Amino acid sequence: MRRALGIGVPVGVLLVLAVVPELGLDIPLLFNGPLDSPGTLQLLALCLLFAGIALSYDLLFGVTGLLSFGHALYVAVGVYVTAIALTRWEWGLVPTLAFVAVVGLALPLVLGAVSLRVGGIAFAMVTLAFAQAGTVLVQKNPYGWTGGEEGTGLNYEEIPDGFVGVLNTKNLYWLALAYVVLVFVVVRLAVGSSAGHVWRAIRENEPRVEVLGLNPVPFKLIAFVLASFLAVLGGIVWLLLIGGATPEVTTANFTLALLVMVVLGGAGTRSGAMLGGFLYTLLDQRLGSLAGSSEVQGLPDVLRVPLSEPLFLLGALFIALVFFVPGGLASLPLRLRGLRPKREPLPEKAAA
Amino acid sequence: MSTLVLLTITGLGLGAMYFLVASGLSLIYGLMGVLNFAHGALITVGAYAAWWIGEQVGGGFGTRLLVGGALGIVVGAAVAALIELVLVRPLYRRPVEQVLVTVGLALALGALVQGIWGADPKPILLPDWMFDTTTVLGANVPNDRFVEIGIAAAVLVGLTAFLRYTRFGLVIRAGVENRAMVTALGIDVRRAFTIVFALGGALAALAGVLSGVYFGVVDPARGTSLLIFAFIVVVIGGFGSIGGSAVAAVAVALIQQYANFYASSGIGDLAVVMLLAAVLLVRPGGLAPKVAH
Repeated sequence: MRRALGIGVPVGVLLVLAVVPELGLDIPLLFNGPLDSPGTLQLLALCLLFAGIALSYDLLFGVTGLLSFGHALYVAVGVYVTAIALTRWEWGLVPTLAFVAVVGLALPLVLGAVSLRVGGIAFAMVTLAFAQAGTVLVQKNPYGWTGGEEGTGLNYEEIPDGFVGVLNTKNLYWLALAYVVLVFVVVRLAVGSSAGHVWRAIRENEPRVEVLGLNPVPFKLIAFVLASFLAVLGGIVWLLLIGGATPEVTTANFTLALLVMVVLGGAGTRSGAMLGGFLYTLLDQRLGSLAGSSEVQGLPDVLRVPLSEPLFLLGALFIALVFFVPGGLASLPLRLRGLRPKREPLPEKAAA
Repeated sequence: MSTLVLLTITGLGLGAMYFLVASGLSLIYGLMGVLNFAHGALITVGAYAAWWIGEQVGGGFGTRLLVGGALGIVVGAAVAALIELVLVRPLYRRPVEQVLVTVGLALALGALVQGIWGADPKPILLPDWMFDTTTVLGANVPNDRFVEIGIAAAVLVGLTAFLRYTRFGLVIRAGVENRAMVTALGIDVRRAFTIVFALGGALAALAGVLSGVYFGVVDPARGTSLLIFAFIVVVIGGFGSIGGSAVAAVAVALIQQYANFYASSGIGDLAVVMLLAAVLLVRPGGLAPKVAH
């Protein structure tokens, strides 16, 4: 029974999500237009994409206990390398994707090997520094490739026709959905494998893993490369969805947002991380339009200013969640039934 | 030659700010095991408080800067102490959740400052003598650079003396080395936590004020960019080491300045990240051992 439920729920959710573009439903407060309008589909696709990227981050943070502040770098690699190869170098789609895949494996392998020489908080700082190097490179605009502040557009000639144009937003939505499914399946298989057991053991107690005779570093490196590669794929989907590369994907705040998503939903749980990514993106977008609404603009300054800043509201919500709902949204059903959730503690070894 | 002198002194001015931010971060981490991500927001809060108070005070540019700067530091210390008491202390022994709370604070405080004063930079009005130049070995160096370097040097001396000759300094040094032992000897380390946090907040706010002097403006993004380089300084200098922070801050700032000038703009920032990678490969623990000195 439990096992049937375990497969049934994701498949059910997937089926509902897959037919969304065919539904003409109108959900007033949450979305501006009916579900099958391009604007709403674009927003939903973005939510799904972030659900996938958040899940890839959870593989590092929630499963293995690696607090990385540089995940944005790998999303940015997917976005920028693809855009540059297609638009500036005018490569075909297949060589571009092959090249991005090679970069998306080689870069995290090298940077991961260096940053994993330190653990805990120092690891967080080092990954942040490497991501900052990415930000600087993009801003510096070498050979006019990245376009600096402006970002760079996308050459649509090589993109399959099905993904071009507003009318095809439906297909982009399905692409984003396919991406989430891919990340979900890969993460589920990886966590269930023998390496996955070691990852969770590292999160719980790294010295014990060493005492048992295993070197944790290669296992952490595998998790790092896998999570980063999935993020690179997410970057490619992002590029198609947004239609260009913008420097916001390289910023530290982008990684911090991923961290907030994962903790919001529940670190270490697949459904929680995906839910967190989906909800955060939806809130971020909707709070932005709330700020512009006449109701908020009419408020006195003391209320208007905080309510006009989505990031302030999300940051405050995040702090409240860390304090009052440590397991994230995924632990809520158990809490509501008065049960203490089987506590999946956040990695503690950062203190060491 | 004169270019090199100018670059060196300007680099030292930048290093002064890195040191102020990094020494607070380093002490907080060394003593409490908390990575304070809200440190960047404290830089921004201090800088904006100094600017805003200066505007309210009015009068000569020197008075504005002095009164605004002094009160800005007080605001920074007060906000930091409040953060420690209300948000960090209840999560004692849960280091990752402490980091998460400071991440949330960094996002929220940054957004709040931007919401109140807008995303555009605000000019900091400086007295004329700061714009004048002094000739050092043939280079015309703007006077404000000496202010930054002088203040950071004074802080370095003061902080070292505080750690070495006062009772609180002794508790902090002992706490960095072995917190459990100090607690076991019946000393309440938690009071030292609040003091170190407030001290870090004051230093961050001071760095914010000086960044206003150095760049001539305050803007909401400055805190984060200073913070990232301060992180690099802390890792290179070693956690909990004031001396290590000072040496690493100077090295990082000078390398950044030289490479940005002699190679090309932006290369300096990359060179610093390469330096970090090199240090990690050679000495993963940083350059200094973990002792507050």
